[in-house]
Amino acid sequence: MDDPLLIGGEEFASRLIMGTGGAPSLEVLDRALVASGTELTTVAMRRLDPGARGSVLDVLRERGIKVLPNTAGCFTAGEAVLTARLAREALNTNWVKLEVIADERTLLPDPIETFDAAERLVADGFVVLPYIGDDPILARRLEQAGCAAVMPLGSPIGSGLGIRNPHNIELIVESAQVPVILDAGIGTASDAALAMELGCSAVLLATAVTRARKPDLMAAAMRGAVEAGRRAFLAGRIPRRRYAEASSPGRPFQDG
Amino acid sequence: MRITINGDPHDLDDGSTLTKAVQTLTRQPTGIAVAVNDEVVSRGAWDATPLTEGDRVEVLTAVQGG
Repeated sequence: MDDPLLIGGEEFASRLIMGTGGAPSLEVLDRALVASGTELTTVAMRRLDPGARGSVLDVLRERGIKVLPNTAGCFTAGEAVLTARLAREALNTNWVKLEVIADERTLLPDPIETFDAAERLVADGFVVLPYIGDDPILARRLEQAGCAAVMPLGSPIGSGLGIRNPHNIELIVESAQVPVILDAGIGTASDAALAMELGCSAVLLATAVTRARKPDLMAAAMRGAVEAGRRAFLAGRIPRRRYAEASSPGRPFQDG
Repeated sequence: MRITINGDPHDLDDGSTLTKAVQTLTRQPTGIAVAVNDEVVSRGAWDATPLTEGDRVEVLTAVQGG
């Protein structure tokens, strides 16, 4: 099925965007990434550890996966803008998943700082993909500010609670002209399928795969779920109804 | 002069360049980026960037995350 995901003028055949956090080793991560079929994967920026051996960048380069730096760990717009600029310099990409969190306990995104950073990064020529709460108005404002996509959460990062407010996700999808990427909270395959059935353009997940008992098997499950959910969305689900509707009308011993 | 590199204090000769500071951490400057006092300094400018007392140098790279 030729149905590419379009972000910032680039095409992706896969609608599953992976994160790399939480994997016990680069080998496990590598197998999971391959099984997921992902073509776009996030990395974080941290102080260089001279003793570190092997790099997530080597894995991504080897597999031909586009790197999407994030600003994870930033609490202010200023920190996020500097982190994005360092990522652009280090990784030679002007794409950034903008993530400005409000506190350690919830890891919920700070809408004020996020919007401030988004405006500054768009003005600086970045392709900005902001991580936000499931707020349709903030999503609209960020799109108007020039973001290339919006990434509402399903539930808090790493919680595995799935999509807590499907109605809001639908509202965001309805009015967005840029891709809506469901980010955070995915626990298992049915959550990813639901995100796509609601009309999201893609799903971003990490923990659900990297901390699963068998990461590569869960990655394959997520790949299938995203594809199935996308097809179901395009096919159009039947309306929900209160009572049964016979699929075989009539009775065998009765005239039509 | 005393500067900080990734939060740790370092004593470098007066007039040392940013290249010298980066070399205290790594001799393979690929996949990294450097900021001095919260401003990114691109790789091509390291040699021409002298450091001064109290400068804060940050050297970052990509790691697993997100």
